[in-house]
Amino acid sequence: MQASGRQSKGILPILLTPGVFWLTVFFVIPLLIVLVVSFSKRSLLGVVELEFNLNNYARLFNPDSPYLFIFLRSLGLAAVNTVLCLLLAYPFAFYIARQTPQRQKMLIFLVMVPFWTNFLIRTYALMFIIRDTGLINTWLVNLGIISEPIQILFTPTAIRLGMLYGYLPFAVLPLYASIEQLDFNYVQAAQDLGADGLRVFLRVILPLTMPGVVAASIITFIPALGDFITPDLMGGGNTFLIGNVLQQQFLTVRDWPFGSAMGIGLMTLVLGATMIYFRSGASRSA
Amino acid sequence: MSTIDVELANVTKRFGDFVAVNQVSLEIKDGEFFSLLGPSGCGKTTCLRMIAGFELPSEGDVLIRGKPMGETPPYKRPVNTVFQNYALFPHMSVAENVSFGLEMQKVPRPEINSRVKEALEMVRLPQLAERKPRQLSGGQQQRIALARALVNRPQVLLLDEPLSALDLKLRKAMQLELKELQHQVGITFIFVTHDQEEAITMSDRIAVMNEGVVQQVGTPIEIYERPRNRFVADFIGETNFMEGRVLEVDPVKTTVALDAGVHVLARAAEGLSAGQTITVAVRPEKISLHETPSDQGISVPAIVEEAVYIGTDTRYRARIGGKQDVVARVQNVGGIMDGGAHPFQRGDHVYLSWPTDSAMVLTS
Repeated sequence: MQASGRQSKGILPILLTPGVFWLTVFFVIPLLIVLVVSFSKRSLLGVVELEFNLNNYARLFNPDSPYLFIFLRSLGLAAVNTVLCLLLAYPFAFYIARQTPQRQKMLIFLVMVPFWTNFLIRTYALMFIIRDTGLINTWLVNLGIISEPIQILFTPTAIRLGMLYGYLPFAVLPLYASIEQLDFNYVQAAQDLGADGLRVFLRVILPLTMPGVVAASIITFIPALGDFITPDLMGGGNTFLIGNVLQQQFLTVRDWPFGSAMGIGLMTLVLGATMIYFRSGASRSA
Repeated sequence: MSTIDVELANVTKRFGDFVAVNQVSLEIKDGEFFSLLGPSGCGKTTCLRMIAGFELPSEGDVLIRGKPMGETPPYKRPVNTVFQNYALFPHMSVAENVSFGLEMQKVPRPEINSRVKEALEMVRLPQLAERKPRQLSGGQQQRIALARALVNRPQVLLLDEPLSALDLKLRKAMQLELKELQHQVGITFIFVTHDQEEAITMSDRIAVMNEGVVQQVGTPIEIYERPRNRFVADFIGETNFMEGRVLEVDPVKTTVALDAGVHVLARAAEGLSAGQTITVAVRPEKISLHETPSDQGISVPAIVEEAVYIGTDTRYRARIGGKQDVVARVQNVGGIMDGGAHPFQRGDHVYLSWPTDSAMVLTS
């Protein structure tokens, strides 16, 4: 008995080593570098000078600077997108969960197929559909519904559409997992006690699938916060979001310290929000 | 003058090609404890679900207090269900669970609170109001599920094998409690079970079902003493089946020639003719063993094959005419260890007899 215990204790560090190594070298260390650089200075030629100062953070949180506004705009866009994704994904996931197991597998497969296509290509495909000479406008003009093409691409609506399209599968899967686990007996019990469709949903189904809703929200919100490709392509490059600024700071302006500070600031805020959300979601489902 | 609370009018339910319930007609009286009894898959749960509204009949209709239910959804029917796995909402406390139905009916909050308190006291668990279902034992969950249903004062309470998840001792205790509760509350209980002892203990009337068809409806005594066919005789308790042909029919008895070679007497029955192939059914406890033939009725010679001591009884297996095995249960009235009962051993020649009226003639 004791021999095998000692054996399994010895094996554990060996098994963990590759993972820990990878995380340390490719995650922890770079993160620490970014953190250090965020407190540094930029020389005139764009080289990082390791002189401790808080200027970068001051600049970031200065209410007069445009950066706060950009951050709030990114936040708003990601939040709206998350809500839209949830509103669409929930009924869809619910529908899938009610099918026969065979059909469920097929439908989930269909949801996942876009994952295998490059995100950029998917976005381009969407652009082809909504642009002035694209699918939608060509149909509408040919059917005589409109005389001139509607401007869809390069508008804020296009950005929302692009983000919704890009992140919807992320929302469907955790929702489906949570709904699929729901014991349908609870629904019947609620109906037996006099609850009609809406009240069954609000009082029983939603609270019991809340873990799925929380997971879907987080999976949708966080990547959307840093997304600058979709707004760039869909919005025609005239909408400025956090992602754009970060790209600009690191590549064009070459103010790595400031960019680092922005990155760290963003990360801290998102982590904090996630922890709060997690706690509230967890207590609701208990 | 009792009224009909629930009626199934020629109800059939099909799932694709499978006929789960086949032209079932039942009338359940106001205030009755009515059981649907049968093996798994006999259609009893489907019938219950059709009364509740979770399934709709393919043909026929369900009527509650004379009103046809048609396609009325469950949340509009004046019935409540206690589910087999209780289905207590895990994210709500016990008190919130019990008050759920009242909230749906938009009962004012003060009244909800007092009725919930009353319901919890009725099942004797008022101290568990703030607990969560997962913190309760099986028996407690079952009582809370009962309280959650009864607090709404439904016209009919439906119970879907509510005791099947409990251990034996608790189940027996709950059987008596449920019966007591039903008397107290006075509403109609419709109870689904596959345990025939349970049904006989608790019910005013029982409907025995098999393969979607009602085999017999009657009081526990009727079902037990006068089973209408072989299935009912076999499903309820233990029965000996002896094949044979009718020899003679008269108003008080039927004389039967068993395939095993002897003549026996059975209860008078209608519609029998001489020469007809029938089965004689006698319950083990009706058969007595004797050393000498009795001068009344018919004594059937047999050889004891097996004698098993069960505590309350001794179970004998005896063979008639070298072919027909019969099981008899004789109560151990005398002290066995003082040489009282259990006098017969394997190999003994005995004479079996039973009251003529306790042997039934079955044609199916």
